[in-house]
Amino acid sequence: MAHAADPHVAAPAILQEVQPADLPRPKLVDHDRSFTWITDKICGIIEGKTPVWWWWCFGVACFIACFTVAGITYVVATGVGVWGHRTPVNWSWPIVNFVFWIGIGHAGTLISAILCLLRQKWRTSINRSAEAMTIFAVVCAGIFPVFHVGRVWYAWFLFPLPNYNIVWPQFRSPLEWDVFAVSTYGTVSVLFWYVGMIPDLATLRDRFAAAGNRLRARLYGFFAMGWRGSSRAWSNYEMAYLILAGIATPLVLSVHTIVSFDFAVSLVPGWHTTIFPPYFVAGAIFSGFGMVLTLMLPMRAVYRLEDLITQYHIDCMCKITLATGTMVGYAYAMEFFIAWYGANPYEGFAFINRAFGPYAWSYWIMITCNVITPQFFWFKAVRRNTTFVWVLSLFVNVGMWFERFVIICTSLTRDFLPSSWGYLSPTIVDIFTFFGTFGIFAVLFLLFIRFLPLMAMAEIKAVTPQADPHSHA
Amino acid sequence: MAAQPYGLIAGFSNPSEIFHAAEKVRDAGYTRWDCITPFPVHGLDNAMGVKRSMVPRFSLVGGITGFCTGMSMIWYMNGYDYTLTVGGKPLFSPMFAFPVSYELTILFTAFATIIGMFVLNGLTKLYHPILKYEHIRRATSDTFYIVIQADDPRYNPANTRTLLETIGGRDVAELEA
Repeated sequence: MAHAADPHVAAPAILQEVQPADLPRPKLVDHDRSFTWITDKICGIIEGKTPVWWWWCFGVACFIACFTVAGITYVVATGVGVWGHRTPVNWSWPIVNFVFWIGIGHAGTLISAILCLLRQKWRTSINRSAEAMTIFAVVCAGIFPVFHVGRVWYAWFLFPLPNYNIVWPQFRSPLEWDVFAVSTYGTVSVLFWYVGMIPDLATLRDRFAAAGNRLRARLYGFFAMGWRGSSRAWSNYEMAYLILAGIATPLVLSVHTIVSFDFAVSLVPGWHTTIFPPYFVAGAIFSGFGMVLTLMLPMRAVYRLEDLITQYHIDCMCKITLATGTMVGYAYAMEFFIAWYGANPYEGFAFINRAFGPYAWSYWIMITCNVITPQFFWFKAVRRNTTFVWVLSLFVNVGMWFERFVIICTSLTRDFLPSSWGYLSPTIVDIFTFFGTFGIFAVLFLLFIRFLPLMAMAEIKAVTPQADPHSHA
Repeated sequence: MAAQPYGLIAGFSNPSEIFHAAEKVRDAGYTRWDCITPFPVHGLDNAMGVKRSMVPRFSLVGGITGFCTGMSMIWYMNGYDYTLTVGGKPLFSPMFAFPVSYELTILFTAFATIIGMFVLNGLTKLYHPILKYEHIRRATSDTFYIVIQADDPRYNPANTRTLLETIGGRDVAELEA
């Protein structure tokens, strides 16, 4: 691994002549914190006493999660008729919620995989918790299609398992592709997260062993798999991590592409568009960064992590939100343009109806939240005001839920035959089930920050200035 | 006679020290030795003379297996065992089989990569002589160590200890096997 700082490689003569200015890079860890400080800070969160606020949040989250449990139990006991689907809208809230949650997951993989390949070192402070967010979002997303099949005890028919009907799944269907895309995504995300955590679990094992807590030392030690930080092991580990990042990148792009195929491969006006795959991927990353900001900013404030999640990190996240939000805005405009330019009357009607029909309110909520909200991030003063950034991130989350609602519901309520037009109203069961998923997500995330290292300690240490073996030479 | 020890261990306090020490151990001709660091020190594998990792070979095998599994599974299920004509389309085509095969390629590659990393690193072995050393716990936080194994052909208790001390190693100690 040759690099520019290697003293054995002579600098090109041209550098002497032009005398390039030394551009200081923003610090990734403020106040020049030492390796010991980083270990103590992150491990201290797990080793300390459970804070009172944690118990309060956990209690509230469990209560909210009960709404999903109750909603799902009622659906299974009675049938999907208790949901608000009525012909012609046979895909409604559950599919909206599925796409919403799966989209949120995408930022975690983007941060851990794509930014790793692009050598964006600032990812190290936020990748662990963003990956956790991905996994928990996939858990919430998975609930909906599984129960949406109706008789959930047959959900295993989705997988190519031998059954007594001697029928195999139909692989021409994008819905079947989706089964594989989402289950692969969930599995690979868990693997990536776990592999990234092995060295940090070893740190916790050693600290608990030193503190004499044998039970915890054994538990963390079991999952650390005997990691001891050998350089020969690091060499294989870094290669494995790089390959996982390399395959997770096409994976994350393919997952939302395939989710968009669920719609784009159909013939419904408003769904049957070629812009869907890139537009869905940009939207997914946008919504995911919205959720990353929603989670990171309170976490940073509560645990006093300002030295590790610096203003530079927040700036980077805001700028990505701005970029992807603007891409989404471009896609909205381009959809309208193509609906006009394509001269298909059904397509044209579908888009006029979105903006000015019975669901115009949801369309304009979507435009306001997704296109206008991120434009505030152009301004440094906004990015420096963490409270304001947090509020804006909530708008992004709301807007992206409405985007999926607009795409799915407005297209289905007004398709080809006016005799089969309708208007969708959700039932209380729809609303409770969706509301409760935020509780499930919060329960899982709270358990994560209480029991697992919420930042990749080894990776953060590796990007500090003192980690460069030539810094003291 | 005491049992043969596992080797000698010496501590270093920062990446720069261990980097230059590793170059000297490599140049002294040792082969069975290792650096223990809390994070991957940039360029240390070169300083140690470690060859490029073999993990990609596992990944390649996993990826090819995944793609072939996907294609052959779909051909068997939709093109052979349970044929269903839809819209006069062919019973099997690599086009519609591609998305699922693509996902399985990634899934199998991920498993193969991780299994490869575990196998090459000898992980899941929860015990190792190094873990018995009392100060090794700091190696996962902020201290760096070099271990030279006793089964190295150039190992000699006195000379190796002198080498570790001259390259700046502190608290040189013998590890029990």
